[in-house]
Amino acid sequence: MASKGICDRVAIVGMGCTKFGEHWNRSASDLLVDAVQEAYGSAGIEPDNVDAYWLGTTGSGISGLTLSEPLKIQYKPVTRLENMCATGSEAIRNAAYAVASGAYDLVMAVGVEKLKDSGFSGLTGSAPPGDGTESGMTAPANFSLLAPAYAEKYGVDLETMRDVLTKIAYKNHYNGARNEKAQFQREVPVEKINSSPKIAGMLGIMDCSGVSDGSAAAVICRAEDAHKYNDNPIFIKALSFVAGPSEGAKRQDYDFTTFPEVVESARDAYVQAGIEDPREQISMAEVHDCFTPTELVLMEDLGFSPRGQAWKDTMDGRFDLDGDQPVNPDGGLKSFGHPIGASGLRMMYEMWLQLRGEAGERQIADPKVGLTHNLGGAPGRCVSFVSVVGL
Amino acid sequence: MSGIVRYGSYVPFNRIQRSAIGGGRGERAAASYDEDSASMAVEASREALRELPESAEVDTVAFASTSAPYTEKLNAATLQAATNLPKSVTALDLGGSTRSGLSALLAGIDMASAGRTVLVAASDVVVGAPSGPRESGGGDAAAAFVLGGNGTEPIARLIGRASCTEEVLDVWQSPGMPFAKQWEERFGASIFTPLLVETFARALADAGVAASDLSRVVLDGTNARVFRGFMRPAGLDPAQLADGMAGTVGRAGAAHAGLTLASALDGASAGDRIAVACVADGVDVAVFEVTEAIDDGRPKHSVASWIGSKRDDLAYTTYLKWRDVLPFEPPRRPDPDRPAAPPMQRAERWKFGFLGSRCNRCGNTNLPPQRVCVVCQASDDSTMEPYADSECRISTYTLDRLAYSLQPPVIGAVVDFDKGGRMLCQLTDVDPDKVAIGDELEMTFRRLYTAGGVHNYFWKARPRR
Repeated sequence: MASKGICDRVAIVGMGCTKFGEHWNRSASDLLVDAVQEAYGSAGIEPDNVDAYWLGTTGSGISGLTLSEPLKIQYKPVTRLENMCATGSEAIRNAAYAVASGAYDLVMAVGVEKLKDSGFSGLTGSAPPGDGTESGMTAPANFSLLAPAYAEKYGVDLETMRDVLTKIAYKNHYNGARNEKAQFQREVPVEKINSSPKIAGMLGIMDCSGVSDGSAAAVICRAEDAHKYNDNPIFIKALSFVAGPSEGAKRQDYDFTTFPEVVESARDAYVQAGIEDPREQISMAEVHDCFTPTELVLMEDLGFSPRGQAWKDTMDGRFDLDGDQPVNPDGGLKSFGHPIGASGLRMMYEMWLQLRGEAGERQIADPKVGLTHNLGGAPGRCVSFVSVVGL
Repeated sequence: MSGIVRYGSYVPFNRIQRSAIGGGRGERAAASYDEDSASMAVEASREALRELPESAEVDTVAFASTSAPYTEKLNAATLQAATNLPKSVTALDLGGSTRSGLSALLAGIDMASAGRTVLVAASDVVVGAPSGPRESGGGDAAAAFVLGGNGTEPIARLIGRASCTEEVLDVWQSPGMPFAKQWEERFGASIFTPLLVETFARALADAGVAASDLSRVVLDGTNARVFRGFMRPAGLDPAQLADGMAGTVGRAGAAHAGLTLASALDGASAGDRIAVACVADGVDVAVFEVTEAIDDGRPKHSVASWIGSKRDDLAYTTYLKWRDVLPFEPPRRPDPDRPAAPPMQRAERWKFGFLGSRCNRCGNTNLPPQRVCVVCQASDDSTMEPYADSECRISTYTLDRLAYSLQPPVIGAVVDFDKGGRMLCQLTDVDPDKVAIGDELEMTFRRLYTAGGVHNYFWKARPRR
């Protein structure tokens, strides 16, 4: 497989993002109005300038009306899409390809999720009518399978493994504490992470991402038009998306220490962007840290660490805010929160801030190339998105 | 001559101590939260069907229970589907009295005499009012028998029988009553003891044997007091009496006579004569003679092995929660979805029969069955293959404390089958602290949950019992 890609042909010229969290007094419509209007302002445009919209949400509305109605969008195309937890990134990808094709000049990718109205713990989904034979395992249970498998394969004792997972949670909360839009803006002591109530396998509640409400939006145009709207646009180098054949859930040779879907989407994205050594060439990344062991495995699948070495790189501080290759500088899903349809756009929002030098206290020194990675599903059965963006 | 061709039994894994209920000696067997009389009937039937000679092709299925999961919808159809019996079987549900288990066995032998081969499964989940004798003295279990004789040598031939039916108010439960009630036991004994003496004598006369010729006598009924005045007039010695398993299982309703007979057959030798009596709304007595075929016809699990394989510390509140007697705080998770009829129908051979598809091109197994092979992508080129009795083990697992369950945590396991194939599956009858990668498992048919009045049956894995 080889995507031709659209390297440097499409730019992001404005973004908006709400604070993520428990917005008891805000509906999905309210959150969309907040994020979209912030993005209009960021790009210096009027609603009339936008030719088409892509709206990602997994369960906070159906159809383009979810967006057109609250914003009173005047008879324009609005596509509602869903691709599990990678939904927000899919909105970016489809919107970007639409302007690249020449069909439209200026489009918006929007994501939203309103999770806290359900009254349930964790994520819930509504499946189509079924035969009742699905395993029924929850997301933390599925992802918890990664930790002991990784420890076993690479000879990491479980105590050390616990320290690695805690380090990931600690780092992401440290970063989120420096982000006024994050759901959790406080550092969390190591002892508290270690002793948090168990949810699934090795994972405690502090190994899980935040369940939250939020919305984010991006204004996208062709590269040649970018400076009409913004003096400091960012440019898309690669967009890759992979849906796996669900091999890991069915084949005995899958060992739960990797996501083949991520490996393939990263390979494809690096070809598109001309990245040969992601460990050296990627300045920073926002990755899908839905649960702490996910981030650990992603460091290897994305090529940031050699196989079996990510736990050492994590403990050595390589992925810290002041490390050689900061990961989840905005706090990640862990601390920023995970309103599903909005998360992919939230990741891009951090790239927008960092590449433009607007990340304040958590600004990374002189980043050149950023990566966002967004995952949906479970180990062995998932979809994966990778983007590369830069100046 | 017709008789029992094969038999099987099932006693669930969990026991509750009578001391935990409020008094009494010993323990009773308790169906798990994911079991009911139909799923336990499947387990006992798998035992009876596993080594069935090819000459015995089951063409009739009967399910007997006083706790049938559905009051309308054929429970025997669940049994047929889960045991992969042909769709051409005649199927019927029986109930209404705990005597229906033994009555069904006799009816099955009558059908066998007419040339049929009959699977009879008797199964009950006995729920009594809290603190009452039925709760304490009851038990949950199942027994199954394949009845035939036409071309297949029975392991035990029916040599005599007698019945009697009495309109009497002894045990009763009408719609809307949460628990069965029983009239004063002294009254029941005054009615039933003479009936039993008389019916038992008729059965022995029919068999042409004397009481002293019996190597085992199974006495079962709703009222233990009935048997106090029976042994002497019947000319029986207490040494002939089969263990009624009151201290280990409890009286398992419609299944109990069959379960006790199965236990007697476990220890029987060729030439033994066994009488089985069940006293409820009348009396049925059957007299069997064990044949030379017995040694080739025993199931994988004896009743004693089921009884010995257990967890015996079930909390009373947990038991009451499982039986839907005690309301409880639900988890902050959505209720499970009611399974839908058309998808269940399409998936029947997977959901009930547990058949996977083996790719004709590369030999890989796909669980659940796939049209396109996950390994070689060959399309519509596979053969269905049974997996219910296949060896399997834990590849990896996790304890899921968030998932909805009546017995958290849910243990989710990646289960690999020795003959190929992998599935994600829940473990049951397992101590979460004793699970380990590599543990050997076996598949068991369970009721995952009930939603909208629909029982969602599927398979789970359990440590080998």
